Amino acid sequence: MSDSVDADEVEHVADLARVDLDDDELAAFAEQFGDILAHFEALEEVPEVEAEPDLVNVMRDDEIRESLSQDEALENADDSEDGRFKGPKVS
Amino acid sequence: MSLNAYITEETIEGGDDGPLSGKTVAVKDNISTDGVRTTCGSKMLEDYEPPYDATVVERLKDAGATIPGKANMDEFGMGTTTETSYFGATKNPVDEDHVPGGSSGGSAALVAAGDVDYALGSDTGGSIRCPAAFCGVVGIKPTYGLVSRYGLVAYANSLEQIGPIAPTVEGAAELLDVIAGPDENDGTTREDGEDSDYASAADGDVDGLTIGVPTELVDGADDRVVETFENALEDLREQGATVEEVSLPSVEYAVAAYYVIAMSEASSNLARFDGVRYGHSGGYEGNWNESFSTARSEGFGDEVKRRILLGTYALSAGYHDKYYKQAQEARAWVKQDFDDAFADVDVLASPTMPILPPELGESLDDPLKMYLADANTTPVNLANLPAISVPAGEADGLPVGLQLVGPAFGEETIINAAAALE
Repeated sequence: MSDSVDADEVEHVADLARVDLDDDELAAFAEQFGDILAHFEALEEVPEVEAEPDLVNVMRDDEIRESLSQDEALENADDSEDGRFKGPKVS
Repeated sequence: MSLNAYITEETIEGGDDGPLSGKTVAVKDNISTDGVRTTCGSKMLEDYEPPYDATVVERLKDAGATIPGKANMDEFGMGTTTETSYFGATKNPVDEDHVPGGSSGGSAALVAAGDVDYALGSDTGGSIRCPAAFCGVVGIKPTYGLVSRYGLVAYANSLEQIGPIAPTVEGAAELLDVIAGPDENDGTTREDGEDSDYASAADGDVDGLTIGVPTELVDGADDRVVETFENALEDLREQGATVEEVSLPSVEYAVAAYYVIAMSEASSNLARFDGVRYGHSGGYEGNWNESFSTARSEGFGDEVKRRILLGTYALSAGYHDKYYKQAQEARAWVKQDFDDAFADVDVLASPTMPILPPELGESLDDPLKMYLADANTTPVNLANLPAISVPAGEADGLPVGLQLVGPAFGEETIINAAAALE
Protein backbone atom coordinates (compact mmCIF):
# COMPACT_ATOMS: atom_id res chain seq x y z
CA MET A 1 0.00 0.00 0.00
CA SER A 2 1.28 3.37 -0.96
CA ASP A 3 1.28 6.29 1.47
CA SER A 4 -0.28 9.05 -0.56
CA VAL A 5 0.62 12.41 0.85
CA ASP A 6 -1.68 15.43 0.77
CA ALA A 7 -0.84 19.10 1.12
CA ASP A 8 -1.92 19.12 4.79
CA GLU A 9 0.63 16.43 5.64
CA VAL A 10 3.37 18.26 3.76
CA GLU A 11 2.46 21.39 5.68
CA HIS A 12 2.68 19.50 8.99
CA VAL A 13 6.15 18.17 8.13
CA ALA A 14 7.26 21.59 6.88
CA ASP A 15 6.11 23.03 10.19
CA LEU A 16 8.17 20.44 12.12
CA ALA A 17 11.19 21.25 9.93
CA ARG A 18 10.68 25.05 10.28
CA VAL A 19 10.38 25.69 6.54
CA ASP A 20 7.68 28.10 5.33
CA LEU A 21 6.00 26.90 2.12
CA ASP A 22 3.36 28.66 0.01
CA ASP A 23 0.32 26.84 -1.42
CA ASP A 24 1.95 26.17 -4.80
CA GLU A 25 5.00 24.61 -3.14
CA LEU A 26 2.78 22.48 -0.88
CA ALA A 27 0.86 21.13 -3.88
CA ALA A 28 4.00 20.43 -5.93
CA PHE A 29 5.78 18.70 -3.03
CA ALA A 30 2.68 16.59 -2.22
CA GLU A 31 2.66 15.21 -5.77
CA GLN A 32 6.43 14.54 -5.88
CA PHE A 33 6.47 12.99 -2.40
CA GLY A 34 3.87 10.42 -3.50
CA ASP A 35 6.20 9.14 -6.25
CA ILE A 36 9.34 9.22 -4.11
CA LEU A 37 7.76 7.52 -1.08
CA ALA A 38 6.28 4.83 -3.34
CA HIS A 39 9.84 4.05 -4.46
CA PHE A 40 11.08 4.00 -0.83
CA GLU A 41 8.38 1.47 0.05
CA ALA A 42 10.34 -1.23 -1.76
CA LEU A 43 12.51 -1.25 1.39
CA GLU A 44 9.75 -3.28 3.08
CA GLU A 45 10.99 -6.29 1.05
CA VAL A 46 14.49 -6.07 2.54
CA PRO A 47 15.26 -9.10 4.72
CA GLU A 48 16.67 -8.80 8.22
CA VAL A 49 20.45 -9.07 8.09
CA GLU A 50 22.57 -10.48 10.85
CA ALA A 51 25.50 -8.15 10.93
CA GLU A 52 28.10 -7.55 13.58
CA PRO A 53 28.19 -3.84 14.33
CA ASP A 54 31.59 -2.64 13.10
CA LEU A 55 31.47 0.60 15.05
CA VAL A 56 32.09 1.04 18.76
CA ASN A 57 32.06 4.14 20.92
CA VAL A 58 35.51 5.51 21.70
CA MET A 59 35.64 7.89 24.65
CA ARG A 60 38.37 10.31 25.65
CA ASP A 61 38.87 12.48 28.69
CA ASP A 62 37.20 15.86 28.59
CA GLU A 63 39.97 18.43 28.23
CA ILE A 64 40.26 22.13 27.57
CA ARG A 65 41.55 22.96 24.09
CA GLU A 66 42.10 26.05 21.99
CA SER A 67 38.88 27.25 20.35
CA LEU A 68 37.48 30.23 18.44
CA SER A 69 37.58 33.60 20.19
CA GLN A 70 34.29 35.30 21.01
CA ASP A 71 34.85 37.78 18.16
CA GLU A 72 35.53 34.99 15.67
CA ALA A 73 32.44 33.10 16.78
CA LEU A 74 30.28 36.19 16.27
CA GLU A 75 31.83 37.18 12.92
CA ASN A 76 29.13 35.60 10.77
CA ALA A 77 26.11 36.51 12.89
CA ASP A 78 23.55 38.90 11.41
CA ASP A 79 23.48 40.82 14.67
CA SER A 80 25.00 40.59 18.14
CA GLU A 81 24.69 42.42 21.42
CA ASP A 82 27.22 42.62 24.28
CA GLY A 83 29.28 39.78 22.79
CA ARG A 84 26.28 37.52 22.38
CA PHE A 85 24.25 36.29 19.39
CA LYS A 86 21.07 38.26 18.91
CA GLY A 87 18.06 36.12 18.08
CA PRO A 88 14.32 36.62 17.58
CA LYS A 89 11.88 36.71 20.49
CA VAL A 90 11.46 33.39 22.25
CA SER A 91 7.79 33.79 23.20
CA MET B 1 32.79 31.24 -22.80
CA SER B 2 32.52 30.85 -19.05
CA LEU B 3 31.65 27.45 -17.62
CA ASN B 4 30.42 29.07 -14.38
CA ALA B 5 32.60 26.55 -12.58
CA TYR B 6 33.71 28.87 -9.75
CA ILE B 7 31.52 30.45 -7.12
CA THR B 8 34.40 32.50 -5.73
CA GLU B 9 37.71 33.17 -7.50
CA GLU B 10 40.18 34.20 -4.82
CA THR B 11 43.72 32.87 -4.63
CA ILE B 12 44.88 31.14 -1.46
CA GLU B 13 48.64 30.69 -1.54
CA GLY B 14 50.19 27.55 -0.15
CA GLY B 15 53.54 27.03 1.54
CA ASP B 16 56.83 27.41 -0.32
CA ASP B 17 57.73 23.81 -0.73
CA GLY B 18 56.00 20.46 -0.90
CA PRO B 19 54.76 17.70 -3.17
CA LEU B 20 52.11 19.98 -4.73
CA SER B 21 54.41 22.98 -5.14
CA GLY B 22 53.49 24.81 -8.36
CA LYS B 23 50.17 22.95 -8.65
CA THR B 24 46.73 24.58 -8.59
CA VAL B 25 43.90 22.79 -6.75
CA ALA B 26 40.29 24.05 -6.87
CA VAL B 27 38.27 23.32 -3.73
CA LYS B 28 34.56 22.48 -3.68
CA ASP B 29 32.59 25.22 -1.98
CA ASN B 30 31.37 23.08 0.92
CA ILE B 31 34.95 22.76 2.25
CA SER B 32 35.84 25.52 4.72
CA THR B 33 38.52 28.06 3.80
CA ASP B 34 39.62 30.54 6.48
CA GLY B 35 38.36 34.02 5.55
CA VAL B 36 37.27 32.98 2.05
CA ARG B 37 33.51 32.61 1.66
CA THR B 38 32.18 29.08 1.64
CA THR B 39 28.62 29.07 0.30
CA CYS B 40 27.75 25.38 -0.27
CA GLY B 41 26.09 26.68 -3.44
CA SER B 42 23.34 28.17 -1.27
CA LYS B 43 21.81 31.59 -0.70
CA MET B 44 21.74 30.54 2.97
CA LEU B 45 25.55 30.88 3.14
CA GLU B 46 26.02 33.54 0.43
CA ASP B 47 28.12 35.72 2.77
CA TYR B 48 29.52 33.09 5.14
CA GLU B 49 33.28 33.28 5.74
CA PRO B 50 34.60 30.40 7.87
CA PRO B 51 36.89 31.38 10.75
CA TYR B 52 39.06 28.29 10.17
CA ASP B 53 40.42 25.98 7.45
CA ALA B 54 39.20 22.44 6.86
CA THR B 55 41.90 19.85 7.61
CA VAL B 56 42.20 19.01 3.88
CA VAL B 57 42.76 22.70 3.07
CA GLU B 58 45.54 22.91 5.68
CA ARG B 59 47.10 19.83 4.11
CA LEU B 60 46.90 21.33 0.60
CA LYS B 61 48.60 24.50 1.82
CA ASP B 62 51.27 22.53 3.68
CA ALA B 63 51.90 20.56 0.48
CA GLY B 64 52.60 23.82 -1.39
CA ALA B 65 49.42 23.89 -3.52
CA THR B 66 47.81 27.12 -4.68
CA ILE B 67 44.02 27.25 -4.36
CA PRO B 68 42.65 29.51 -7.14
CA GLY B 69 39.07 29.48 -5.88
CA LYS B 70 35.97 27.69 -4.68
CA ALA B 71 34.16 25.44 -7.11
CA ASN B 72 30.46 25.47 -7.95
CA MET B 73 28.26 22.64 -6.68
CA ASP B 74 24.69 21.50 -6.20
CA GLU B 75 23.22 23.28 -3.19
CA PHE B 76 24.62 21.54 -0.05
CA GLY B 77 25.72 18.67 -2.32
CA MET B 78 22.12 17.77 -3.11
CA GLY B 79 21.94 17.01 -6.81
CA THR B 80 23.44 15.02 -9.66
CA THR B 81 23.89 17.82 -12.22
CA THR B 82 25.16 21.00 -10.43
CA GLU B 83 21.94 22.67 -11.58
CA THR B 84 20.56 23.13 -8.04
CA SER B 85 23.30 25.69 -7.25
CA TYR B 86 21.95 29.10 -6.18
CA PHE B 87 24.79 30.53 -8.29
CA GLY B 88 23.56 28.96 -11.54
CA ALA B 89 24.41 25.78 -13.43
CA THR B 90 27.94 24.82 -14.49
CA LYS B 91 28.48 23.77 -18.11
CA ASN B 92 30.27 20.60 -19.17
CA PRO B 93 33.49 21.64 -20.94
CA VAL B 94 33.27 18.57 -23.22
CA ASP B 95 29.90 19.79 -24.59
CA GLU B 96 28.51 22.99 -23.12
CA ASP B 97 24.89 22.02 -23.84
CA HIS B 98 25.25 19.26 -21.24
CA VAL B 99 25.56 19.16 -17.46
CA PRO B 100 28.94 18.34 -15.87
CA GLY B 101 27.28 16.00 -13.37
CA GLY B 102 27.17 16.67 -9.67
CA SER B 103 27.28 17.54 -7.05
CA SER B 104 31.02 18.36 -7.46
CA GLY B 105 30.38 19.64 -11.01
CA GLY B 106 32.49 22.79 -10.74
CA SER B 107 35.49 20.79 -9.52
CA ALA B 108 35.30 18.26 -12.40
CA ALA B 109 34.63 20.93 -15.04
CA LEU B 110 37.68 22.96 -13.97
CA VAL B 111 39.92 19.89 -14.21
CA ALA B 112 38.45 18.77 -17.56
CA ALA B 113 38.85 22.27 -19.01
CA GLY B 114 42.50 22.38 -17.91
CA ASP B 115 41.85 25.48 -15.79
CA VAL B 116 43.39 23.79 -12.74
CA ASP B 117 45.73 20.85 -12.21
CA TYR B 118 43.54 19.11 -9.64
CA ALA B 119 40.38 19.65 -7.59
CA LEU B 120 38.77 18.45 -4.38
CA GLY B 121 35.18 17.26 -4.34
CA SER B 122 33.02 15.46 -1.81
CA ASP B 123 31.09 12.27 -2.42
CA THR B 124 27.98 11.38 -0.39
CA GLY B 125 26.25 9.20 -3.00
CA GLY B 126 28.41 9.65 -6.11
CA SER B 127 29.17 13.38 -6.09
CA ILE B 128 32.84 12.91 -7.07
CA ARG B 129 32.47 9.92 -9.41
CA CYS B 130 29.44 11.22 -11.35
CA PRO B 131 30.99 14.53 -12.46
CA ALA B 132 34.34 12.81 -13.09
CA ALA B 133 32.53 10.38 -15.42
CA PHE B 134 30.47 13.06 -17.17
CA CYS B 135 33.50 15.34 -17.73
CA GLY B 136 35.93 12.59 -18.78
CA VAL B 137 38.33 12.87 -15.83
CA VAL B 138 39.35 10.69 -12.85
CA GLY B 139 37.67 10.88 -9.43
CA ILE B 140 38.22 8.86 -6.25
CA LYS B 141 35.73 8.34 -3.41
CA PRO B 142 37.99 7.13 -0.58
CA THR B 143 37.10 4.47 2.01
CA TYR B 144 35.04 6.03 4.81
CA GLY B 145 37.51 7.22 7.44
CA LEU B 146 40.52 7.65 5.15
CA VAL B 147 40.15 11.43 4.75
CA SER B 148 39.19 13.93 7.47
CA ARG B 149 35.78 15.59 7.15
CA TYR B 150 36.71 18.35 9.65
CA GLY B 151 35.58 21.59 8.02
CA LEU B 152 33.36 19.89 5.44
CA VAL B 153 29.86 21.33 5.83
CA ALA B 154 27.83 18.23 6.68
CA TYR B 155 25.07 16.88 4.48
CA ALA B 156 25.01 13.16 5.49
CA ASN B 157 27.98 12.42 7.77
CA SER B 158 27.75 8.64 7.79
CA LEU B 159 28.12 8.49 3.99
CA GLU B 160 30.39 11.29 2.82
CA GLN B 161 34.10 11.58 2.10
CA ILE B 162 36.25 14.29 0.55
CA GLY B 163 38.28 13.04 -2.44
CA PRO B 164 40.41 14.03 -5.43
CA ILE B 165 39.54 14.81 -9.06
CA ALA B 166 42.39 14.89 -11.61
CA PRO B 167 43.14 14.39 -15.32
CA THR B 168 45.02 11.12 -14.62
CA VAL B 169 44.84 8.24 -12.16
CA GLU B 170 48.34 9.02 -10.91
CA GLY B 171 47.39 12.67 -10.36
CA ALA B 172 44.29 11.73 -8.37
CA ALA B 173 46.41 9.30 -6.32
CA GLU B 174 49.03 12.01 -5.68
CA LEU B 175 46.35 14.36 -4.35
CA LEU B 176 44.86 11.56 -2.22
CA ASP B 177 48.31 11.01 -0.68
CA VAL B 178 48.29 14.64 0.48
CA ILE B 179 44.82 14.63 2.08
CA ALA B 180 44.61 11.07 3.49
CA GLY B 181 45.45 10.11 7.06
CA PRO B 182 44.21 10.44 10.62
CA ASP B 183 43.05 13.75 12.11
CA GLU B 184 42.34 14.33 15.80
CA ASN B 185 39.52 16.68 14.77
CA ASP B 186 37.59 13.90 13.01
CA GLY B 187 37.00 10.92 15.29
CA THR B 188 35.99 8.71 12.35
CA THR B 189 39.43 8.89 10.69
CA ARG B 190 41.69 5.85 10.89
CA GLU B 191 45.43 5.23 10.91
CA ASP B 192 45.23 3.83 7.36
CA GLY B 193 46.45 6.43 4.91
CA GLU B 194 49.22 7.80 7.12
CA ASP B 195 52.41 7.96 5.01
CA SER B 196 50.53 6.50 2.05
CA ASP B 197 52.07 6.23 -1.41
CA TYR B 198 49.05 5.73 -3.63
CA ALA B 199 50.71 7.54 -6.54
CA SER B 200 53.28 4.79 -7.00
CA ALA B 201 50.45 2.19 -7.12
CA ALA B 202 49.23 3.61 -10.47
CA ASP B 203 51.02 0.94 -12.51
CA GLY B 204 48.18 -0.46 -14.58
CA ASP B 205 49.42 -4.00 -14.02
CA VAL B 206 46.22 -6.07 -14.20
CA ASP B 207 47.79 -9.36 -15.27
CA GLY B 208 46.16 -11.99 -13.03
CA LEU B 209 43.63 -9.55 -11.53
CA THR B 210 40.07 -10.86 -11.13
CA ILE B 211 37.38 -8.30 -11.95
CA GLY B 212 33.77 -8.99 -10.95
CA VAL B 213 30.95 -7.32 -12.88
CA PRO B 214 27.69 -7.05 -10.90
CA THR B 215 24.97 -7.77 -13.45
CA GLU B 216 22.50 -5.58 -11.55
CA LEU B 217 24.66 -2.50 -12.24
CA VAL B 218 24.86 -3.10 -15.99
CA ASP B 219 21.35 -4.30 -16.89
CA GLY B 220 19.56 -0.99 -16.44
CA ALA B 221 22.14 1.18 -18.19
CA ASP B 222 21.83 3.01 -21.51
CA ASP B 223 22.95 0.78 -24.45
CA ARG B 224 25.60 3.28 -25.55
CA VAL B 225 27.04 3.31 -22.03
CA VAL B 226 27.06 -0.50 -21.88
CA GLU B 227 28.83 -0.79 -25.24
CA THR B 228 31.59 1.60 -24.15
CA PHE B 229 31.88 -0.22 -20.81
CA GLU B 230 32.16 -3.65 -22.53
CA ASN B 231 34.92 -2.33 -24.80
CA ALA B 232 36.86 -1.14 -21.75
CA LEU B 233 36.45 -4.57 -20.11
CA GLU B 234 37.79 -6.20 -23.28
CA ASP B 235 40.81 -3.91 -23.05
CA LEU B 236 41.41 -5.13 -19.46
CA ARG B 237 41.03 -8.79 -20.54
CA GLU B 238 43.64 -8.25 -23.25
CA GLN B 239 46.01 -6.99 -20.56
CA GLY B 240 45.64 -10.25 -18.61
CA ALA B 241 42.71 -9.60 -16.28
CA THR B 242 39.96 -12.17 -15.72
CA VAL B 243 36.42 -10.80 -15.91
CA GLU B 244 33.51 -12.67 -14.34
CA GLU B 245 29.88 -11.91 -13.62
CA VAL B 246 28.78 -11.59 -10.00
CA SER B 247 25.42 -10.88 -8.43
CA LEU B 248 24.68 -8.30 -5.72
CA PRO B 249 20.92 -8.65 -5.17
CA SER B 250 20.87 -6.00 -2.42
CA VAL B 251 21.87 -3.15 -4.73
CA GLU B 252 18.35 -3.03 -6.19
CA TYR B 253 17.44 -1.33 -2.89
CA ALA B 254 20.48 0.94 -2.68
CA VAL B 255 18.95 4.10 -4.13
CA ALA B 256 15.96 3.91 -1.78
CA ALA B 257 18.16 3.12 1.23
CA TYR B 258 20.65 5.83 0.32
CA TYR B 259 18.04 8.55 -0.08
CA VAL B 260 16.19 7.65 3.13
CA ILE B 261 19.43 7.71 5.15
CA ALA B 262 20.89 10.81 3.43
CA MET B 263 17.66 12.79 3.72
CA SER B 264 17.21 11.77 7.36
CA GLU B 265 20.74 12.86 8.23
CA ALA B 266 20.27 16.07 6.21
CA SER B 267 17.08 16.97 8.06
CA SER B 268 19.07 16.84 11.29
CA ASN B 269 22.32 18.39 10.02
CA LEU B 270 20.65 21.33 8.32
CA ALA B 271 18.58 22.16 11.41
CA ARG B 272 21.54 24.34 12.45
CA PHE B 273 20.72 26.90 9.76
CA ASP B 274 18.40 29.20 11.67
CA GLY B 275 19.91 32.53 10.59
CA VAL B 276 21.12 33.47 14.09
CA ARG B 277 24.78 32.39 14.38
CA TYR B 278 25.50 32.46 10.64
CA GLY B 279 23.64 32.37 7.38
CA HIS B 280 20.65 34.19 5.93
CA SER B 281 18.69 35.92 8.70
CA GLY B 282 14.92 35.63 8.99
CA GLY B 283 14.76 39.01 10.74
CA TYR B 284 13.53 39.78 14.22
CA GLU B 285 9.77 40.15 13.66
CA GLY B 286 7.45 37.56 15.16
CA ASN B 287 8.52 34.71 17.42
CA TRP B 288 11.59 32.53 16.91
CA ASN B 289 9.78 29.73 15.06
CA GLU B 290 8.41 32.23 12.55
CA SER B 291 11.79 33.89 12.14
CA PHE B 292 13.61 30.55 11.66
CA SER B 293 10.98 29.39 9.14
CA THR B 294 11.40 32.61 7.18
CA ALA B 295 15.21 32.29 7.15
CA ARG B 296 15.02 28.69 5.91
CA SER B 297 12.26 29.37 3.39
CA GLU B 298 14.26 32.23 1.84
CA GLY B 299 17.71 30.68 2.22
CA PHE B 300 17.16 27.14 0.89
CA GLY B 301 16.32 26.12 -2.68
CA ASP B 302 13.72 23.54 -3.73
CA GLU B 303 15.90 20.42 -3.69
CA VAL B 304 17.22 21.19 -0.20
CA LYS B 305 13.68 21.81 1.10
CA ARG B 306 12.54 18.57 -0.54
CA ARG B 307 15.24 16.52 1.19
CA ILE B 308 14.81 18.19 4.59
CA LEU B 309 11.05 17.55 4.47
CA LEU B 310 11.33 13.95 3.27
CA GLY B 311 14.00 13.27 5.91
CA THR B 312 11.80 14.79 8.60
CA TYR B 313 8.92 12.61 7.35
CA ALA B 314 11.02 9.43 7.32
CA LEU B 315 12.11 10.01 10.93
CA SER B 316 8.70 11.07 12.24
CA ALA B 317 6.56 8.98 14.58
CA GLY B 318 4.82 6.14 12.80
CA TYR B 319 7.18 6.14 9.80
CA HIS B 320 10.62 5.64 11.38
CA ASP B 321 10.45 1.82 11.34
CA LYS B 322 9.03 1.66 7.85
CA TYR B 323 11.65 3.88 6.21
CA TYR B 324 14.73 4.62 8.35
CA LYS B 325 15.03 1.26 10.11
CA GLN B 326 14.49 -0.65 6.85
CA ALA B 327 17.06 1.56 5.11
CA GLN B 328 19.61 0.61 7.78
CA GLU B 329 18.79 -3.09 7.21
CA ALA B 330 19.36 -2.57 3.49
CA ARG B 331 22.67 -0.84 4.24
CA ALA B 332 23.85 -3.86 6.26
CA TRP B 333 22.75 -6.15 3.42
CA VAL B 334 24.64 -4.13 0.82
CA LYS B 335 27.79 -4.29 2.97
CA GLN B 336 27.41 -8.05 3.33
CA ASP B 337 26.91 -8.50 -0.43
CA PHE B 338 30.12 -6.59 -1.17
CA ASP B 339 32.05 -8.56 1.47
CA ASP B 340 30.87 -11.82 -0.08
CA ALA B 341 31.83 -10.64 -3.58
CA PHE B 342 35.36 -9.66 -2.47
CA ALA B 343 35.91 -13.20 -1.22
CA ASP B 344 36.03 -14.22 -4.91
CA VAL B 345 37.19 -11.16 -6.88
CA ASP B 346 39.79 -8.40 -6.42
CA VAL B 347 37.72 -5.47 -7.70
CA LEU B 348 34.20 -4.84 -8.99
CA ALA B 349 33.56 -2.95 -12.24
CA SER B 350 30.46 -1.21 -13.57
CA PRO B 351 29.55 1.86 -15.57
CA THR B 352 29.94 4.82 -13.15
CA MET B 353 26.66 6.33 -14.38
CA PRO B 354 23.93 4.37 -16.18
CA ILE B 355 23.23 7.36 -18.45
CA LEU B 356 25.13 9.84 -20.64
CA PRO B 357 25.37 13.44 -19.36
CA PRO B 358 21.87 14.96 -19.68
CA GLU B 359 21.31 18.25 -21.46
CA LEU B 360 21.12 21.34 -19.27
CA GLY B 361 17.59 21.79 -17.92
CA GLU B 362 16.51 18.22 -18.68
CA SER B 363 16.60 16.78 -15.16
CA LEU B 364 15.09 19.29 -12.79
CA ASP B 365 11.37 18.54 -13.20
CA ASP B 366 11.46 14.93 -12.06
CA PRO B 367 13.41 14.47 -8.80
CA LEU B 368 12.85 10.69 -8.60
CA LYS B 369 14.31 10.22 -12.09
CA MET B 370 17.38 12.18 -11.00
CA TYR B 371 17.75 10.04 -7.85
CA LEU B 372 17.62 6.82 -9.91
CA ALA B 373 20.67 7.97 -11.91
CA ASP B 374 22.67 7.32 -8.70
CA ALA B 375 21.99 3.55 -8.88
CA ASN B 376 25.63 2.53 -9.42
CA THR B 377 27.35 5.00 -7.09
CA THR B 378 25.18 4.93 -3.94
CA PRO B 379 25.87 1.25 -3.01
CA VAL B 380 29.54 2.15 -2.48
CA ASN B 381 28.74 4.88 0.07
CA LEU B 382 26.32 2.57 1.91
CA ALA B 383 29.15 0.00 2.20
CA ASN B 384 31.82 2.61 3.17
CA LEU B 385 34.08 1.33 0.36
CA PRO B 386 36.63 3.03 -1.95
CA ALA B 387 35.81 3.55 -5.63
CA ILE B 388 37.36 5.29 -8.60
CA SER B 389 35.80 6.55 -11.82
CA VAL B 390 38.14 6.46 -14.82
CA PRO B 391 37.33 7.45 -18.44
CA ALA B 392 36.21 4.39 -20.44
CA GLY B 393 35.73 6.16 -23.76
CA GLU B 394 33.03 8.24 -25.43
CA ALA B 395 29.55 7.63 -26.82
CA ASP B 396 27.89 10.20 -29.10
CA GLY B 397 30.78 12.53 -28.29
CA LEU B 398 30.08 12.38 -24.54
CA PRO B 399 32.35 10.82 -21.89
CA VAL B 400 31.55 7.48 -20.25
CA GLY B 401 33.13 6.56 -16.92
CA LEU B 402 34.04 3.11 -15.61
CA GLN B 403 33.77 2.59 -11.85
CA LEU B 404 36.09 0.23 -9.97
CA VAL B 405 35.17 -0.62 -6.37
CA GLY B 406 37.64 -2.17 -3.94
CA PRO B 407 37.54 -3.65 -0.45
CA ALA B 408 37.83 -1.26 2.51
CA PHE B 409 41.19 0.58 2.44
CA GLY B 410 42.00 -1.16 -0.86
CA GLU B 411 42.79 2.12 -2.62
CA GLU B 412 46.06 0.75 -4.12
CA THR B 413 44.16 -2.04 -5.88
CA ILE B 414 41.61 0.20 -7.61
CA ILE B 415 44.26 2.83 -8.45
CA ASN B 416 46.44 0.19 -10.07
CA ALA B 417 43.55 -1.32 -12.05
CA ALA B 418 42.20 2.07 -13.17
CA ALA B 419 45.61 3.03 -14.57
CA ALA B 420 45.34 0.09 -16.99
CA LEU B 421 42.58 1.98 -18.84
CA GLU B 422 44.73 5.04 -19.57
